[in-house]
Amino acid sequence: MTNTLTRLLQTRDWLLADGATGTNLFNMGLESGEPPELWNVDHPDRIAKLYSLAVDAGSDLFLTNSFGGNASRLKLHNAQGRVRELNRTAAEIGRDVADKAGRPVAVCGSMGPTGDIFAPMGTLTHELAVEMFHEQAEGLKEGGADVLWVETISAPEEFAAAAEAAKLAGMDWCGTMSFDTAGRTMMGVTSAQLAALVEKLPNPPLAFGANCGVGAADLMRTVMGFVSSGTERPIIAKGNAGIPKYHDGHIHYDGTPALMGDYACLARDAGATIIGGCCGTMPEHLKAMHEALSTRERGPRPSLEDVTEKLGGFSSDTDGTGDDAGPTRERRGRRRG
Amino acid sequence: MADEDDIILSELDDDELVQQMHDDLYDGLKEEIEEAVNILVERGWTPYDILTKALVAGMTIVGNDFRDGILFVPEVLLAANAMKGGMAILKPMLVETGAPRMGKMVIGTVKGDIHDIGKNLVAMMMEGAGFEVVDIGINNPVENYLEAIEREQADILGMSALLTTTMPYMKVVIDTMKEKGIRDDYLVLVGGAPLNEEFGKAIGADAYCRDAAVSVEIAKEMVARKHNQMGA
Repeated sequence: MTNTLTRLLQTRDWLLADGATGTNLFNMGLESGEPPELWNVDHPDRIAKLYSLAVDAGSDLFLTNSFGGNASRLKLHNAQGRVRELNRTAAEIGRDVADKAGRPVAVCGSMGPTGDIFAPMGTLTHELAVEMFHEQAEGLKEGGADVLWVETISAPEEFAAAAEAAKLAGMDWCGTMSFDTAGRTMMGVTSAQLAALVEKLPNPPLAFGANCGVGAADLMRTVMGFVSSGTERPIIAKGNAGIPKYHDGHIHYDGTPALMGDYACLARDAGATIIGGCCGTMPEHLKAMHEALSTRERGPRPSLEDVTEKLGGFSSDTDGTGDDAGPTRERRGRRRG
Repeated sequence: MADEDDIILSELDDDELVQQMHDDLYDGLKEEIEEAVNILVERGWTPYDILTKALVAGMTIVGNDFRDGILFVPEVLLAANAMKGGMAILKPMLVETGAPRMGKMVIGTVKGDIHDIGKNLVAMMMEGAGFEVVDIGINNPVENYLEAIEREQADILGMSALLTTTMPYMKVVIDTMKEKGIRDDYLVLVGGAPLNEEFGKAIGADAYCRDAAVSVEIAKEMVARKHNQMGA
């Protein structure tokens, strides 16, 4: 049997994903420093509420509250023995909300980075990463997730390890990286490199793309990079609701619902299929995005100028793709080439 | 470009060797850096000159290119590792010769925040630049910071936060330091994805550090300025 997300992708030309998990949970009283995954067991009602906020705003899919649910992250709270349980419950609550939605809604099992750096510089090996992701994947599967959703990854090795874990668990998956450093991921991956990497995997994702990063404008440029790579695969755009600003002791994201509505349509016009938000994206943003996607006609593919005009400037001059691949250093080059 | 014969480090004159070390740091070649440091020691260079002219100068190039989006984290980590190899040889000699210290930093993620990858990168790059770094980990209440800077007799306090909900805690730490009258004894550097310069100023930090390379640059500049003031 195919999963809900695959069926949705076959019948629709755009899908609305969800918004922020952390920002919403903090509003419900999550204490900073407390791992959100514990709430799957301690406050399942609040997690059900979190998922319902997205479904009620029109989301066709939502991510489970399991982003930091791998052994390496949970170890920081001495909860590394609860991986299976916390992921299973994250998906179970989601399954319940989705099944009551009255329309097809996909439950996507969120898997965030381990936070470790790969050998030789760090301690993480491919085998260890696969083992951790696999353990998490089995929990999400058991709880009834439709697909796995690997997100905010910056290292290609970690992306590949998560793919292998999905294969071991026999699950379809989607994967996004976070492009937050001069248009690349922290580890230097460009949009074009991710598009190429995805096709080399033995079990490529149903859809791939970008999440988080800097602001909506940067994320659009990354999406346009995927499109120019010629990929045939559905593209995911999950950008932050603008950039966090500090005012009088409080922090808020400067992206308005109206701006996120523009962003959603621009992303669709640029070629993205699964469109959602990330940090700072609240239900009112999702509603505006749903409204915009449902009511506005598709437009021509936007240019970079269209993006900056509607969403603001980019954080760097180039994103490392195309002919203008950015600055390089002339080397003495006397030692091996 | 590799058509010339492999380089024999010991056959290079001092200037060429230092140039080559800059290149080898850039390429993250740890063994070559260790070999070159030993050669300079044998040639009678002071440990402090080797540290500053060869290693730190080389890491500055790496830092600049990281800042400018030419190098990315994996390359920088390899370079820092090569630098560490050289430092391991120099460290006992630096202590023995009473060479001036680069400075000592206490670094940690603020209370409520469990994200540590950015902080770890800063720690590695600061070590790579010759600073002593004491990493107090994640989720630190103000007492942890105060206890550590006093115990370690640190020059610099580094605070990191990834969440918009935790970054205001940096102000709590700085305000407590002010109350205790110790704020000006330390350089306070702050960093993390959601921060910006305006925020750094608003909470009274000495500087906001956009990334690990900028942290190193600012730390070096500020420590040097502090030393100059003390000498004046």
